[in-house]
Amino acid sequence: MLMGGMISNLLSRPFALASTPGERARAGAVAANRAAIASGVKLEDVSLTFPNGTQALERVSLSVQTGELVALLGASGSGKSTLLRLLAGFEKPTSGVVHADRSQLGYVFQDATLLPWRSVLTNVELPARINGVAPGLCRGRALAAIERVGLSGFEQHKPAQLSGGMRMRASIARMLTLQPRIFLFDEPFGALDDITRESLNQQLVDMFASEPFAGLFVTHSVRESVFLSTRVVVLSPRPGRIATEIPVPFAYPRSPELAYSAEFAELTGKVARALREASR
Amino acid sequence: MRALSTKSADAAPGSRRVARSQRSLVATRRPLSRVVAPTLTFLAFLLVWSLVSRFVLDPDRRFLLPTPLSVVRNGILQSDGLVEMLSGLASTAEVALAGLAIAIVLGVGTGILMSQARWIEYSIYPYAIALQTIPILAVVPLLGYWFGFDFQSRVIVCVLVSLFPLITNTLYGLKSVESGHHDLFTLMRASRLQRLLHLELPAALPAIVTGCKISAGLAVIGSIVADFFFRQGEPGIGRLIDIYRQRLATEQLMTALVLSSLLGLSLFAVFEVLSRLVDRWHGVAKAA
Repeated sequence: MLMGGMISNLLSRPFALASTPGERARAGAVAANRAAIASGVKLEDVSLTFPNGTQALERVSLSVQTGELVALLGASGSGKSTLLRLLAGFEKPTSGVVHADRSQLGYVFQDATLLPWRSVLTNVELPARINGVAPGLCRGRALAAIERVGLSGFEQHKPAQLSGGMRMRASIARMLTLQPRIFLFDEPFGALDDITRESLNQQLVDMFASEPFAGLFVTHSVRESVFLSTRVVVLSPRPGRIATEIPVPFAYPRSPELAYSAEFAELTGKVARALREASR
Repeated sequence: MRALSTKSADAAPGSRRVARSQRSLVATRRPLSRVVAPTLTFLAFLLVWSLVSRFVLDPDRRFLLPTPLSVVRNGILQSDGLVEMLSGLASTAEVALAGLAIAIVLGVGTGILMSQARWIEYSIYPYAIALQTIPILAVVPLLGYWFGFDFQSRVIVCVLVSLFPLITNTLYGLKSVESGHHDLFTLMRASRLQRLLHLELPAALPAIVTGCKISAGLAVIGSIVADFFFRQGEPGIGRLIDIYRQRLATEQLMTALVLSSLLGLSLFAVFEVLSRLVDRWHGVAKAA
């Protein structure tokens, strides 16, 4: 089963395989939907105008399937985050169709959005709890996810006691407990220092290489977009439109050395030029 | 399988914790001035009071403002009077506490109800404001006709007086939830009840406790006002105040006044402690 494979790699196997009746029902719903969307997300000719008249997106069509990690690159105001919010169902399109099975979605927000009154552990457990997973199972999954992001030993800390990078790790751990197959990253590492950011990038690439998922990664950084993705989608601002799509041919796993190769430099140059064109 | 970790890259939070404990050391040194300063203010107030009473007022009119010493001698140290006042205070406190408890349940409940839908908020809010602006003295006789002149009516007055801050603080607290957190709960496909229990109520708790703090003082005032009008049953301290007023017993009047404000203050103090506990639990502690 597709789902089992990836999830059990994300979280340690014993927890991932045990499932509750609620989850099995969820998996059933997923299966029913899979025929329609395969396993990915799709926007068809989507436009969105906010009530105040701002046109955020204009006739955007984009499809991301399992095995694709697409970087969304664009200047501020090009509707990158809005596009993700549409997929997650936070916004409704003015016209066009959004295909996304919300039960498969993992969303990493720009801020860590941890609940300040909950500890790291109870924050990470929350999505599974809300979805009716048995408490013991929640605890096991949460602990596994916390270990996975390297936060072991900080389970009882409140978010205010953590650094920015650690909060973001906790936020990623929280997303993993719902065992998603589609990952939406809304510029999650933008507020982190370069060293932390680079190491989280590397681990994201490793995660994708070991078990490909369908991913959309919003970023401002040309370098980050090329390093991570299978394809860079450049958006032009106001209203947000897809200006160009540039495939990234480098094979996975990717190492930090890649960033110093001539091919990488050439491609980042090409993407940077496309971004400049689009933002004009 | 690689773990998603860069321990070296993240600043260990230890250094931050040290900084915080140093700050709290400074904070423990401060309370001395927090005790001394208000005490000095109080002593200065007593001094001015004594001077005015002794040297400004004509001896024939001194009964209007007796010296602090005379208040202590004739008010507090008169055991008969004091017992009468303390039992009055107990009765007033009972009414205030009952009223406050009902107001908390009603106020928080109404706030939650109003937060559930715009139309509910719109249909209740004008009347919540009206409740706040009705002169309570005009309503009191009506309550007497409807509910009698006993305990029940006194409690109702307390509820009416202390309800508004609880409604508005609850509503404000429930609406203060960050939009990112709402998105998170939307993503988790949380039910409305789950959103309320796991997100909105915990987020609103500090505001609700602040509402309780404000309403506690109001409930005591309401209870004393009610004492003036509803004279059946055990006399509250408000009724004694009225009696002392008629007798021109200024010393007793002032003692009763001090006792009533002590009641309000101690209720406030209870909620102040609760509020600090809630703030600490809430964890929005000034981390940066």
